Amino acid sequence: MRSSAIARGVRYIGAGTINAIVRLGFSARFFMAVLYHSPSAFRRLQLTLREIYFSGVLSLVIILVSGLFVGMVLALQGVEVLNRYGAEESLGILVALSLVRELGPVVAGLLFASRAGSAVTAEIGLMKATDQLSAMEMMAVDPIARVVAPRFWGGVISMPLLAALFSALGIFGAYLVGVKLIGIDNGAFWGNMQAAVDFKRDIGNGVLKSVVFGIIVSLIAVFEGYDARPTAEGVSTATTRTVVGSSLAILAADFILTVLLFRGIGV
Amino acid sequence: MPKTAPAAVATFDTHGENAVVLEAVSFGYDRRRPILKGIDMRIPRGKVIAIMGASGSGKTTILRLIGGQLRPQAGNIVVAGQSVPQLDRDGLYALRRRLGMLFQFGALFTDLSVFENIAFPLREHTDLPDDMIRDLVLLKLNAVGLRGAASLKPSELSGGMGRRVALARAVALDPMLVMYDEPFAGLDPISLGIIGQLIRQLNDALGSTSVVVTHDVYESMKIVDYLYFVSEGRVVAGGTPAEVRASTDPFVRQFVDAAPDGPVPFHYAARPLAEELARAL
Repeated sequence: MRSSAIARGVRYIGAGTINAIVRLGFSARFFMAVLYHSPSAFRRLQLTLREIYFSGVLSLVIILVSGLFVGMVLALQGVEVLNRYGAEESLGILVALSLVRELGPVVAGLLFASRAGSAVTAEIGLMKATDQLSAMEMMAVDPIARVVAPRFWGGVISMPLLAALFSALGIFGAYLVGVKLIGIDNGAFWGNMQAAVDFKRDIGNGVLKSVVFGIIVSLIAVFEGYDARPTAEGVSTATTRTVVGSSLAILAADFILTVLLFRGIGV
Repeated sequence: MPKTAPAAVATFDTHGENAVVLEAVSFGYDRRRPILKGIDMRIPRGKVIAIMGASGSGKTTILRLIGGQLRPQAGNIVVAGQSVPQLDRDGLYALRRRLGMLFQFGALFTDLSVFENIAFPLREHTDLPDDMIRDLVLLKLNAVGLRGAASLKPSELSGGMGRRVALARAVALDPMLVMYDEPFAGLDPISLGIIGQLIRQLNDALGSTSVVVTHDVYESMKIVDYLYFVSEGRVVAGGTPAEVRASTDPFVRQFVDAAPDGPVPFHYAARPLAEELARAL
């Protein structure tokens, strides 16, 4: 009895492992196919611009509002701590570095996965469930070139722009709270920020992070949609997998990128 | 004993040029549960053929095999003189440009208008100027009676209208072969009649060949030249509409008379009821 339970457990783990490896291999081949068909996505720029609108422009509200509030809260918490050391005029540095290095790319990435990634997965999954992808194949049009590649690049292009806007609104929110509400000197806030934030090391690495997160979220979103079981339950599961998988991948990639990019800052 | 396929096929003129030939085609997603077991079919050019069978008998699988979306495990499929399983991707896509397919629920692109749905294959595969594409799309829409619905979205169409738009899209490139997957499913009697007539008229007007997969025996008998009956992965009978009406074949009779029991059993395979009940005691 007990040995059969153990055998079942081993079979379960084995099947899960094989399935994970198969999916990993399939996703790698899928990524290659997306790259192979990418030139056609740019030749028909209209398709990619449409996806930038759906993934980027329609995500603006949640990104801008979140950025503003994150910046305001960061300022409130930052001032409280900096006050203990009489360094509240360094608030601009604290807020700017936190946002451009970490919070901008990571939080914007998480929001982007929830807002745009899930929408892309659901759309492609539903297209599959309603035979739209099959119809395209039967019309001798490759769905990876026509549907997947424009959505992938729409996400990859949108993500760094959204992260930059998130950081900009965050800094503006911190300015409102720190300078206008609490009364920190305006010149010190902006001047210290300008002096301390390095364009290449801080902003450049932050942008690099957001590009990587854009690739991760967009790839997971299009893959999960394309690989979804063609049922209502399958699409729902795929959407969940996109949000959970993208979020975990962003956090893991952020740690690795931080170690690699900011080695000179004490790590 | 049902009339077997070769005998049934022999009554139909297959000596002319065939648009599609299936030779001993076998297929299954899982080797332990085959869906098709050695299917033989001849679909002559210019004819409208129905493939009939109960749900799950493998009818749609036959269409997917003809279109190259699936590859057979055994046998060969020849479309317009080309062996479909042996075609590479480019060859398959070149062949598909000459095929049209109407999916069961239309499969219209929900993000495009009716006009753009029909323009889709024209834009993808031709370099025609916009005004010519516009004229062609309006002509196709006019043929299915929906020129006035060009600006609507698929979500604004009724089931019958959606099927007609999908039909117009399927014939947008004037294909040599049009495949219809359950074109009558879920339609009201008026839409049903319209779709049936359109299939026949478009086939004759375009000089194409049509394969209609359906379980609607009465509607299809009004428009087709020949019917194949498929059951449990095999062609079990066939005939012209007149032969089908006069047939004494038990399978054909069960289908035509809509009898609940017969060669296609009412009960799913199980132990005898008495044995089952005795076991429960």
